[in-house]
Amino acid sequence: MNKEEIIKKIRVRVTPIGNGTAIDHIEPGKGLRIVEILGLNSGNAASIALNTESRKMKEKRKDLILMENRFLTEEELNKIRLIAKNATVNTIKNFKIEKKESLDLPEKVQGILKCINPACITNHEEIKTKFSIKNNPVQAKCFYCETAMNKEEIRKHIK
Amino acid sequence: MDSKKSLKKTNFSLTDVVSIYDFSREDIIYVLERAKEIESMSAAEKSKLLENKIVASMFFEPSTRTRLSFETAIQALGAKVIGFAEAGVTSAKKGETFSDTIKVMSNYADLLVMRHPLSGTARLAAEKSNKPILNGGDGPNQHPTQTLLDLYTIKKYVGEIDGLKIGFAGDLKYGRTVHSLATALTHFNATQYYISPQSLKMPKHLTDEIKEKCKVYETEELEKYIPELDVLYMTRIQKERFPDELEYAKVKDAYVLEKSMLKNAKKTMKVMHPLPRVNEISTDVDETEHAIYFQQTASGIPVREALLDILSKVKK
Repeated sequence: MNKEEIIKKIRVRVTPIGNGTAIDHIEPGKGLRIVEILGLNSGNAASIALNTESRKMKEKRKDLILMENRFLTEEELNKIRLIAKNATVNTIKNFKIEKKESLDLPEKVQGILKCINPACITNHEEIKTKFSIKNNPVQAKCFYCETAMNKEEIRKHIK
Repeated sequence: MDSKKSLKKTNFSLTDVVSIYDFSREDIIYVLERAKEIESMSAAEKSKLLENKIVASMFFEPSTRTRLSFETAIQALGAKVIGFAEAGVTSAKKGETFSDTIKVMSNYADLLVMRHPLSGTARLAAEKSNKPILNGGDGPNQHPTQTLLDLYTIKKYVGEIDGLKIGFAGDLKYGRTVHSLATALTHFNATQYYISPQSLKMPKHLTDEIKEKCKVYETEELEKYIPELDVLYMTRIQKERFPDELEYAKVKDAYVLEKSMLKNAKKTMKVMHPLPRVNEISTDVDETEHAIYFQQTASGIPVREALLDILSKVKK
């Protein structure tokens, strides 16, 4: 299947948007977690394509989310970075891509992860959590108790 | 004299002592040298170092040994000590947050020594307090003064830390003391030998990190590397770490150090242990020149004195 054919097929699956955000190239299987975190089950219209064709992705598959009139905050972008690094976020205005951003892992995140360690002070007092993030393998280390979480644990502990 | 003073000051980069992972090689050396200087001072000289200072000793969980060692050090340096030995007597019982308790105590004291059952409390205290924090143990996480006193003991009784050949034996999986010391020794190019049963091996992520900087050997046999070692660091194998009694029974006697096992050890090889020991070092080792575990405990005083002295001069 060539590029045009793939785009055509995806257009049948999802409704194009005039204004909003398209999160593309999501690692297959991670789309639903992003939907859940962004709380897309209420409010504006959104279309989701799971496990759809992709030439770019190494799995030859990807998840895709299109959100009508919905734009992402820096905090939400960081959450997506932790779930699906290498996803692409397109900001769409008047049916045109106004901004295209390839996501990369953040070096630090604040307030968006819960520490896995039940004996960490952040699970006992109202404190904004802080984690430093390392790549290869992906790891998040709690600034307070120094406990490290792996990729899967990170995904499960996004607030 | 002033230039010497300012030069020395730049050699210690921290404003709080929270985690051994914050320490650079220079920071460690600075503390060990200051501990040596203080140890050689007369009681009268020492008692002037923290004169007119007030140190808060906040033990949110009981720990007689660490607390008394800190309070001895505080008194010896001439400071006054305020505080508590258990959380039950504090406002924590009334529901006050840890952060608030720290802020309040920071108004009373010049320096705060603390121990708490929850991990991360020392780092949080360092953030909330405008006075230096000295961590005496935050749950199972960090106990940096133990590592520094271990290093001081090595320096004092073995001589050189650089290029040290050290064996860690026993429970290497859960032992915080071992993890911290092994990591600190990466600043000193130490060759490390991990001696433990399969089920209590050093965590892989830690071994991998240490291997990037030091040579590491792993074995299940206690005696195998003894002739090569400068230091053998013994730890207790705790029964509660095993899923069943049978597993425990299989290994418990394999990691008991006896005098006869030391016959091929270097004459200068030293045996260390963070104490309390149960039976992992047979008492006949005590009388040999290898045993320094009681001197090791005594190192706690000069090292804690040095840290109190250094932190009392820090501006946050």
